[in-house]
Amino acid sequence: MSAEETAKSRQVEAICERHANREGPLLPILHDLQAAFGYVPGEAIGEVARYLNLSRAEVYGVVTFYHDFRRTPPRPHSLKVCRAEACQAVGGREVWATASSLAADPACRVDVEAVYCLGNCPCAPSVQFDERTLGRLTPDRVSSLIAGAVGGEAS
Amino acid sequence: MRIFVPADSTAVSIGADEVAAALRSAGLDVVRTGSRGLYWLEPLVEVESGGRRIGYGPIQANDAGTLVEALQAESRDDPRCVGDVDELLASQGQQRLTLGRTGRVVPGDWDDYVAHGGTAGLRAALAMEPQAIVDEVKASGLRGRGGAGFPTGIKWQTVHDQEVTPKYIVCNADEGDSGTFADRMLMEGDPFCLLEGMTIAALAVGAERGYIYLRSEYPDAHRMLEKALEAARANGMLGESVMGSGQAFDIEVRLGAGAYICGEETSLLESLEGKRGVIRFKPPLPAIQGFLNRPTVVNNVITLGSVPAILADGGAAYHAVGVEKSRGTLTVQLCGNVARPGLYEVPFGVTLGHLINELGGGCASGRPARAVQVGGPLGAYLPPDLFDTPLDYEAFAEVNSMIGHGGVVVFDDTVDMVAQARFALEFCAIESCGKCTPCRVGSVRGQEVIDRITADDDRDRNIALLRELCETMIQGSLCAHGGMAPFPVLSALNHFPDDFEPRTAAA
Repeated sequence: MSAEETAKSRQVEAICERHANREGPLLPILHDLQAAFGYVPGEAIGEVARYLNLSRAEVYGVVTFYHDFRRTPPRPHSLKVCRAEACQAVGGREVWATASSLAADPACRVDVEAVYCLGNCPCAPSVQFDERTLGRLTPDRVSSLIAGAVGGEAS
Repeated sequence: MRIFVPADSTAVSIGADEVAAALRSAGLDVVRTGSRGLYWLEPLVEVESGGRRIGYGPIQANDAGTLVEALQAESRDDPRCVGDVDELLASQGQQRLTLGRTGRVVPGDWDDYVAHGGTAGLRAALAMEPQAIVDEVKASGLRGRGGAGFPTGIKWQTVHDQEVTPKYIVCNADEGDSGTFADRMLMEGDPFCLLEGMTIAALAVGAERGYIYLRSEYPDAHRMLEKALEAARANGMLGESVMGSGQAFDIEVRLGAGAYICGEETSLLESLEGKRGVIRFKPPLPAIQGFLNRPTVVNNVITLGSVPAILADGGAAYHAVGVEKSRGTLTVQLCGNVARPGLYEVPFGVTLGHLINELGGGCASGRPARAVQVGGPLGAYLPPDLFDTPLDYEAFAEVNSMIGHGGVVVFDDTVDMVAQARFALEFCAIESCGKCTPCRVGSVRGQEVIDRITADDDRDRNIALLRELCETMIQGSLCAHGGMAPFPVLSALNHFPDDFEPRTAAA
């Protein structure tokens, strides 16, 4: 195991330990893994399974069930676009169409993901850009959000 | 002079932070609150004047300079002035039994909470026997506001009567229905109210541990709840001895992970236990075998948030509001294509048309309203000739619809009901837990059938097939996800049949 792998493995173990005494610790562990690495690394699945005395299949099954958990490193920015009805009623379909087509470019620095309601319905259409909810979006505004996301850090 | 600017995430999504910063740099004493729910006026700035709160809105950061002048002059003639905000809410017929403090108090500030009547319900409950608390909730007529409308007091009674321990209080804060945001508003704007409601539930059924299962899409609510939990522990409401009573109770927030199905209570419990959010067979009921197979109260945020007022003022006072078997208030979340979207806490019995046209001001586009979806993505689309339906659980059931969590999404006459019907099934497929075939497979096949109808491929037979498929899903699905996803589809077929006819090609 390389030094880097050892450090990563220690980090996974520390995260498991932090939640060991909880009732039902798996989701909190997966959230923390994703916060630490940006995604849930494949090798962490086995380690978490060992720690919690679960099978790898059980942990893998949980990781893949939930939309939030990623298994590959993310792009530098995240854009969650609401596709649900309250946004559809005021132009949300167009915002989604614009955002998803821009993200299809492999050079795009923004991960665009569909979500179904951000609870921001009275000021729809809504998106969440790097955890910040923005309301009353238009196709133009969402284009410039994506075009403007050039830095490596959350703005 | 104290100035109030919401820190509510929706107000912030359209510039409230920038407004607060601009007012602060102009030297004003700015306090951040939740939102009043008057979202077409957000960002809404309020100023305290002679015990009243005078509102100005909507305000953008570059309006701050002229607003400061208006505030200092206490000008009521300013075109942005909406007058006394509490009077405005009352003039709409709102009765804020549950969201009364939201937008008024400083969220997370314990002293402010108590100064605004917080903990009165809990103090009353502490003086009562557990059975008397359950009886008070029964007497109120409160029904689950998450969607199912099950009588809360009866659920509590079942858990109260179990001898197995430990017992749990689980708050369902996985507010996933499109068009709903009341839970978020309460958690961001008056978080102690939820914690107090959960503590009262714990006293009633004998639970020592509570969980709030919060959707991950609500990072602001998460931060606010953590802050409020810390303050509630520091002030003795949570911990080894609730308000010195000797009864222990504490609460932990758990984040969901973006699965709509986890709003279904058994799926939520699976998720809380760290498993895939696959639904459970019922029975056993969660009240008997819930979290970790222990007796568990699972209630929605607004249900639990309604409890403190019921204990403070008595179940009879709550029951005096509303109609028939729908008592108290419904926190209606009006949105979509509507001129005045927002949170309207009104007594049951108000009609849908009154909400949309009188309170909401009709469509924002100025066009006529054509369809309204009530109760989230599994709710039926209703046409204008059913707008006289009163908000009442049974009246909605009679028109094959549901009140659900109180979301009302308005569409104008440009809506394509075939697209809406197809979306309902697409959403059902994406969010299906996969346990039962009618939901998992039916939702996919249904989209294919709709595509054939759209392509004018054997139309009549495919419409009949779609109806048959919907019936199979309703009858054969294990939970409400697959069992109700056909409602929007069938309502589109029944109320908007013209949309399913061949389209005339554009000239």
